[in-house]
Amino acid sequence: MALLDYFRQRKTAGSAAIAKERLQILVAHDRRGDGPSYLPQLQHDILKVIRKYVAVDNDAVSVNVERDGGQEILELNIVLPD
Amino acid sequence: MARIIVVTSGKGGVGKTTTSAAFAMGLAERGFKTVVIDFDVGLRNLDLIMGCERRVVYDFVNVIQGEANVGQALIKDKRNPNLFILPASQTRDKDALSIEGVGKVLEDLAREFEFIVCDSPAGIEKGATLAMYYADDAIVVTNPEVSSVRDSDRMIGILSSKSRRAEQNLEGIREFLLVTRYSPERVKRGEMLALEDVQEILSLELIGVIPESSSVLNASNSGIPVIMDRESSAGQAYSDMVSRYLGEDLPHRFLKVEKKGLLGRLFGG
Repeated sequence: MALLDYFRQRKTAGSAAIAKERLQILVAHDRRGDGPSYLPQLQHDILKVIRKYVAVDNDAVSVNVERDGGQEILELNIVLPD
Repeated sequence: MARIIVVTSGKGGVGKTTTSAAFAMGLAERGFKTVVIDFDVGLRNLDLIMGCERRVVYDFVNVIQGEANVGQALIKDKRNPNLFILPASQTRDKDALSIEGVGKVLEDLAREFEFIVCDSPAGIEKGATLAMYYADDAIVVTNPEVSSVRDSDRMIGILSSKSRRAEQNLEGIREFLLVTRYSPERVKRGEMLALEDVQEILSLELIGVIPESSSVLNASNSGIPVIMDRESSAGQAYSDMVSRYLGEDLPHRFLKVEKKGLLGRLFGG
């Protein structure tokens, strides 16, 4: 059996690469998800204010908090129509 | 001043108690007065792994609630005069622990001991957060497996935000990564996350890699910390880890597949 395994193991594609890829995405997402709970409401309110002046899509405003060592950066991205 | 070390992971079953027992015994063997505390109230197991389960009279909760003093609850290890164990209560629940109560006990122990090792329960509930609250150093135990790595990452976030050091704006907890149940064979076959992958995702300083080894189960079966099994790869890897914690610069071992001879490869072994 060991003889068979010896030849067989070369063919099996490793699942470790998939694990790494999934983890990298997941961990990045988990870390972002750690942001303050008011973020969705903030995003909603900013969208409402902008809509008073310009017609924009629902996804025109994105709000993100990033942590870099000791400091937090609140990143606000607004896409205005041409 | 005593140094307080929490052994934590988030996920259960990755080797926190095995590590706490081995690490505490290792420190004691190097001559340091060491106490290891079980924070897993309701599901205590450190006493079993240390082999002193029949000598528990009073426990951590008794001490916090003033029903015994800390000297009465400490169990002296029979193999090493520098080592003491403070068992958890098996009958109460985690609410019996309070931040002030734990702080008071640690303060008392800090007068007697050089190292205080806190064996954290799994999860991120009260027992786990209290085990890490007063820590100076943290050992994050991780298996090369997706759920363990993810939980460790979560734990690292909690360590940097919900500790005494974070709340009092002191220098942060020193965090170290310990990878356990590592199997170079499976990594080589591409079945298991490689050490580099785990390190890349968690970006912590690596304090040790404990290879998958039958000696770990043997040790827990007999109630002997695996570090005392000097012949085993796991015991040697734990001993290296203790040396690194104490400041020695040692290369990591047991990371590569041991070469088998041609016959061994053909007929297994």
